[in-house]
Parts: sequence; C-alpha cells; structure tokens
Amino acid sequence: MAENNNELSYKLVPSTCVYCGTGCGVLLEVTGNRLSGTLPQKDHPVSRGALCIKGWSVHEFVHSPRRLARPMIRKDGELVETDWETALQAVATGLAGARDEHGPDSVGFFASARCSNEENYLLQKLARAAVGTNNVDHCARL
Amino acid sequence: MTNSIGELEDAEAILVVGSNTTEQHPIIGEKILAAVRKGARLVVIDPRSIHLSEFAEVFLRPRPGTEVAYLNGLINAIVSEGLEDVEFIAARTEGFEELKKSVAEYTPQKVEEISGVPAEDLEAAARIYAGAGSASIVYCMGITQHSTGTDNVLSLANLAMLTGNIGRPGTGVNPLRGQNNVQGACDLGGLPNVYTGYQKVADEDVARKFEEAWGVEGLSRQPGLTITEMTDKASEGELHALFIMGENPMVSDPDINHVREALQKLDFLAVVDIMENETMEFAHVVLPAASFAEKDGTITNTERRVQRIRKAIEPVGEAKADWEIIALLGSKMGASGFDFASPQEIFEEIRRVTPSYAGITYERLGTQGLQWPCPAEDHPGTPILHMESFPIGRGRFTPCEFREPAETPDAEYPLVLTTGRLLFHYHTGTMTRRSPSLVREIDRAFVEVNPADASELGIRDGEAVKVSSRRGSVEVNAKVTEKVGKGIIFMPFHFAEAAANTLTNSALDPVSKIPELKVCAASIEKL
Repeated sequence: MAENNNELSYKLVPSTCVYCGTGCGVLLEVTGNRLSGTLPQKDHPVSRGALCIKGWSVHEFVHSPRRLARPMIRKDGELVETDWETALQAVATGLAGARDEHGPDSVGFFASARCSNEENYLLQKLARAAVGTNNVDHCARL
Repeated sequence: MTNSIGELEDAEAILVVGSNTTEQHPIIGEKILAAVRKGARLVVIDPRSIHLSEFAEVFLRPRPGTEVAYLNGLINAIVSEGLEDVEFIAARTEGFEELKKSVAEYTPQKVEEISGVPAEDLEAAARIYAGAGSASIVYCMGITQHSTGTDNVLSLANLAMLTGNIGRPGTGVNPLRGQNNVQGACDLGGLPNVYTGYQKVADEDVARKFEEAWGVEGLSRQPGLTITEMTDKASEGELHALFIMGENPMVSDPDINHVREALQKLDFLAVVDIMENETMEFAHVVLPAASFAEKDGTITNTERRVQRIRKAIEPVGEAKADWEIIALLGSKMGASGFDFASPQEIFEEIRRVTPSYAGITYERLGTQGLQWPCPAEDHPGTPILHMESFPIGRGRFTPCEFREPAETPDAEYPLVLTTGRLLFHYHTGTMTRRSPSLVREIDRAFVEVNPADASELGIRDGEAVKVSSRRGSVEVNAKVTEKVGKGIIFMPFHFAEAAANTLTNSALDPVSKIPELKVCAASIEKL
C-alpha cells in the first residue's frame, strides 16, 4: 500500500500479545512499514488496559537483525541463501523421499504453540493427508 | 481453564499450585492480587518462595515431586473434618468411596514425612480451600512437568469435585497455558492422537469424517509419536525426516545432548522460524517465517478465548507466513486441499470439521474474541465449563498413589534441580533476548542455591559454579537465596549458553508423555 511507503504514516492495528497464554489485547503502533510501539487495548476482556513488560515490548523482536530474511539450503556443510522455489522443492523431496523409502511413519512434524490456529491446522493436515502419518506434536509439554 | 480469567477477582479462595503466576502470567497474577485485596484467601504451594507466596495466608513449600502425596493429604484433611460437599458428590460424581479409601493413609503427619510440609499448615490450607463459597485452583507446569503429571492433575480434579468447586463462577481447575497458542495448537490437532477439537484419530467414524472432508483415503488410525518420542526414534534411526515449525528443541527439550545426537542422525531436517536459533545448526533447509505482526490469523488463549492477530506490516525480507509455506509445500507434494488464499479461508474449513469452533467467524471475533465451545453462529460462547454436567456425565474420582520422581538425590547427585521461567524472558529466548528493553533487565543464566547448601559447599553469592546431572553439566553464577529450600536448586531455562535442559531428565509420564522437567538429581561444585 502506498501509504505504508510513506515513513510518516502512522496507524494502530489491534492484535493479541504473543508471549504467554493470557492473550492480552494490544494495539500495534505502525510507522511506515515498521512497528514503532505497543499500546494496551483498554476494552480488552482479559487485560482491560494492562500489559506486563513483555507485552509492552512485544514489537521489539520483530525488526531484530537476527530475523531470518531468506530461505537457506545446506551446501558443502554450510547453510547458504537460496530462492523459495529451490528451498520448497528440497523440503518436498526430503519429506517425500523418506516417506517413499521408509514409510509415512518415518516422517515427523513439530507444529507450534507459537503459530496461529490456521497454521497448526494446516500442518497437521499436511502430516495426515499429504504424508500419511500422525507423527505431529508441538511444545505443549515443554 | 474450566473457568475464565476475570472470575479470579471474585473468588473467595484461590489455590495457586506449581505456578509462579506474577512472573509467568503477570496479568493473571495481578487478578489474583486484586482478589486478595478484595479479601480472597490465598493458598500458595510451590517449592520456591515466589512473589505470590508473600501474599498467601498459607504457603506450603513441598519437596518437588511430592504433589500426589500432599494433594491426597489435602483430601484426607477435608474428609476427616467433614468439609466435603456432600450434595455435589451425590449429584454429580461417582467413585467417592474408593477415593476416600485411597487417601486414608495420607494423613497430614504421613504427608509431612514425605513432602516436608508441616501437618498443621496442610490442614490450614485444606480448611481455607474447602471452607470457601467459591474456590479456584490455578496451576501450571509445576504440576504437569513430572513423571506423575497426569496423577497430579487428576488429584486436583479430585480436590475440586470433592468440594463442589466446579461449574460455578470463581471455581474450577484452571491450568495456565504457557505459550500464546498452546491451547489453539492442541485444539487444532497439533497432537499425535487427535484431529481438531480432540476428535480421536483411532476412532473409525472420525477418520471417515476427515477422509470425506479432505477428499483423501486411508488416513492412519494409528496414533503418532510425541515430540520426545520422535526424538528417541530419530536417535534409533527409525525417524528419517523431520519438519520443525516455530520450535527450538535444542534449548526447550529435556536432555539436550540426546536431542543433538538425534537431530544429527536425521536424513533430512527442515526448520521454519522467524529467528536464527540453535536447532538450525542441523537443518538441511531453513525457511524464514513471517512474525505475528506480518500476518492475519487467530490464536486461542488459556481461557479458550479465540482471538485475532492482524497483519500490521509487510513481512521482513522474503519471509512468508507459515500457513502460506505449508500451503505451497502441500501443493508441491502433489496433495489436494492446500489451495488457500487467506487464513480466513482456512478458518472456514476448520469450522466445518470442528464442532467446538463451528459458530466462530472472523467477523464475530472482532476485538473481544469468543470462548469455545461455540457450536453455532448464534451461540454466545462458553466462559464456564461443566455447569450442568461433565462430558462423560458424572465426574469420576480417580484414586492416585504417590510415586517418587524418576530420579531422586543420591551421594553423587545430592541436590534436586527444578527449572522455570523469569518475568523478563520467554522460553528459549529467541524473541525476548532480541528485545532491548528485556535484555536490559537480565541476560544471563544463574542457579539459585539455599544459603545452608552454599555454605557447606563453600559457594558465595555471584561465584561461578558448575552444575551437573547424569546427562551433562553447565557453568553459571550462583545466586545464594532463601527462595529455594535446603537441598533444592533452581535454574531458568531461557539461556542457550548455559542451558538448564542440558541437565534435565527426559523420563516421561506414562499417560501424557510429558517429560519430568521439574525434578532431577544434580550436583554443584565451585569453579
């Protein structure tokens, strides 16, 4: 969107804090295409305008220099940047290869309590419908 | 949670057990403190002194791993004083006589011998919990991360049913889920034995329903492996390929040396994450994921409230949302049914196959969310479970016998190590340790040691020590403090460079398969 390219544009986007399971309501402050702050959502049914220190700073990791920005593939022992097409093909081949050679239960999937409902749904569908295994679990116990 | 977070403020009594609520769930901790300010009576049970224990009328500090013993002791004390809810037991439950028999030997005196909790304190706690008009149990991983985790939770359910503290405002058995979407990941079938909404993979009718919904044949009826079991199978050479989305087992899982060996053996490992992490070291392919601020979707909190996250900015670099990555991968693997244009389209499919989510729509969620079960679009959602009856009809009391943890102290490893989180950090630190405001508060590991143990070992506050268990050792600085009792040491597990999980035990609960992260035998020496 054009307004996002304007560094002076500012908006608040309602969302949910992604640290613990309390699920406090936050408003993400967006300046241009960067997060510039987090505010509490006053009328939120759980947090009612309060946030802890992690909630107040939930935007901070998003622009960390340690964010992964490009797909990588291992070549001669090193992870090197590649394009999405090559990376996705390698994953498809890696998973399908194990399934075809050793059976569906030789493949495993770690879903994530850090990802959305839609993403967890889709990952278990991939494991069950596309690969044929129920080896899908996430960090609920950890 | 059977109940909702807001109700805590109006509970007459609150029993907090195995939850350092003000640090791990600060906003819920604040509700508990608000309740205390309004006159609620607070009981805290924890091996460590925590912020909440300062506000407790009764604070019990048991030896870690003795949960079943002291919970049976509470039940014993309640029954001996005739404080059980006779009407609720008669109307809503079964198996009370068996329970009564099974707890007979767990007298407060016997429990004191096992757990170190003074008998009179246990009795006082029993009177507060059973005597209140409404009493809520709040628990967390201090209850579940044990080789007796299932029995610990069943014992809490026994306690709540015994006193009729279920199905009414301000009562309930309330686990605080640690991760932002651990509830949702469970609800949506991210578990080896169930599809969405806890529909069992081994159930023929369920399997047929999903075959029809997904347009596939031959879905496996065989429950799959949990994370720790997959790690074991990888190290045995039976699991060949692994796809890891948004997890960092090289810091979060028990017995990290074993995890490393397992990951190295894989023929193929794909890691999808927003941030560089320790697990990538063994990956053949790494895919960059969009963060929560770069995508739409829903997550479900600990009180079963489904809530929106909204795209605020474009993805960083070439990152893609996890849903988009999986959809592309599904199509690339030749599967049908992965052709989604948005998370909302995926959610519409979720509603069709998941009765408890059937009435939820993006439009209805707004900025307030909805609590499942929500079976129809005109259903208001469900703040309190089990008001009229339990899903199985009558609630069944389950007698539980105390078992020692998998590892107990001995001459070589004379201390008990327990682990946890800090207010300022989150799990493996991939997010919080990239957050300047949080790193400024604390950015290094430590081990808490009781002054008596420290003095015996000649360790002074702040000195470097080596902490060892049968599985490995790490070097950290000692924090000499009364927070932990004699014979107990505590470490936060956020810090990869001194990872507490190098030491922890991967012994599992036989039913839930949760590892015993909260108890292992350890030793400390001065460096």
